[in-house]
Amino acid sequence: MELRDEIIARLQPLQPLQLDIQDDSALHRGHAGNNGGGHFELTVKSSLFSGKSQIMRHRMVYQYLQDLMPHRIHALSINALSADESSV
Amino acid sequence: MDVQAKIKETVSANRVVLFMKGSPKFPQCKFSNVATQILDACGAKFVAIDVLQDMDIREGIKQYANWPTIPQLYVDGEFIGGADIMRSMYQSGELQTLLAKA
Repeated sequence: MELRDEIIARLQPLQPLQLDIQDDSALHRGHAGNNGGGHFELTVKSSLFSGKSQIMRHRMVYQYLQDLMPHRIHALSINALSADESSV
Repeated sequence: MDVQAKIKETVSANRVVLFMKGSPKFPQCKFSNVATQILDACGAKFVAIDVLQDMDIREGIKQYANWPTIPQLYVDGEFIGGADIMRSMYQSGELQTLLAKA
């Protein structure tokens, strides 16, 4: 499975209302310290995030992806929105 | 002293601590770079700990905050977040308020 598809599949327990994955891996290929893992920017919107701090939301995302880091995912930026929030 | 105690001592003894890869002058990762730039933009004095210099801290800090990534910002001993959270708190002005409180 492509890494991108795997990320999407793994985040399904969050019941995402929106899930955007920007793959910036090509921009960072072979830079210092990069072991070949991908660079991703993730926007997840979920009603499960309501009333939760950013720290809690990030932890909820990390729990599904943590074992992919740092080998397959080298860098991950997370934008976690509750159902009534919109992207900045 | 074990590494968890050492981290606790560091974040207790210094008001603002950033665990990062590299140094503020030579950050070794884009997120660490963003984090130092945000703290500079806030005019904050902070202690930077380069986790690349110490494998025990590099792994230990992930357990300490139950947070798998670096950088990590601590203010008054409390874990505030990583680069994404710092950026959103900076954009909302929340971070400046937090750092300004003495």
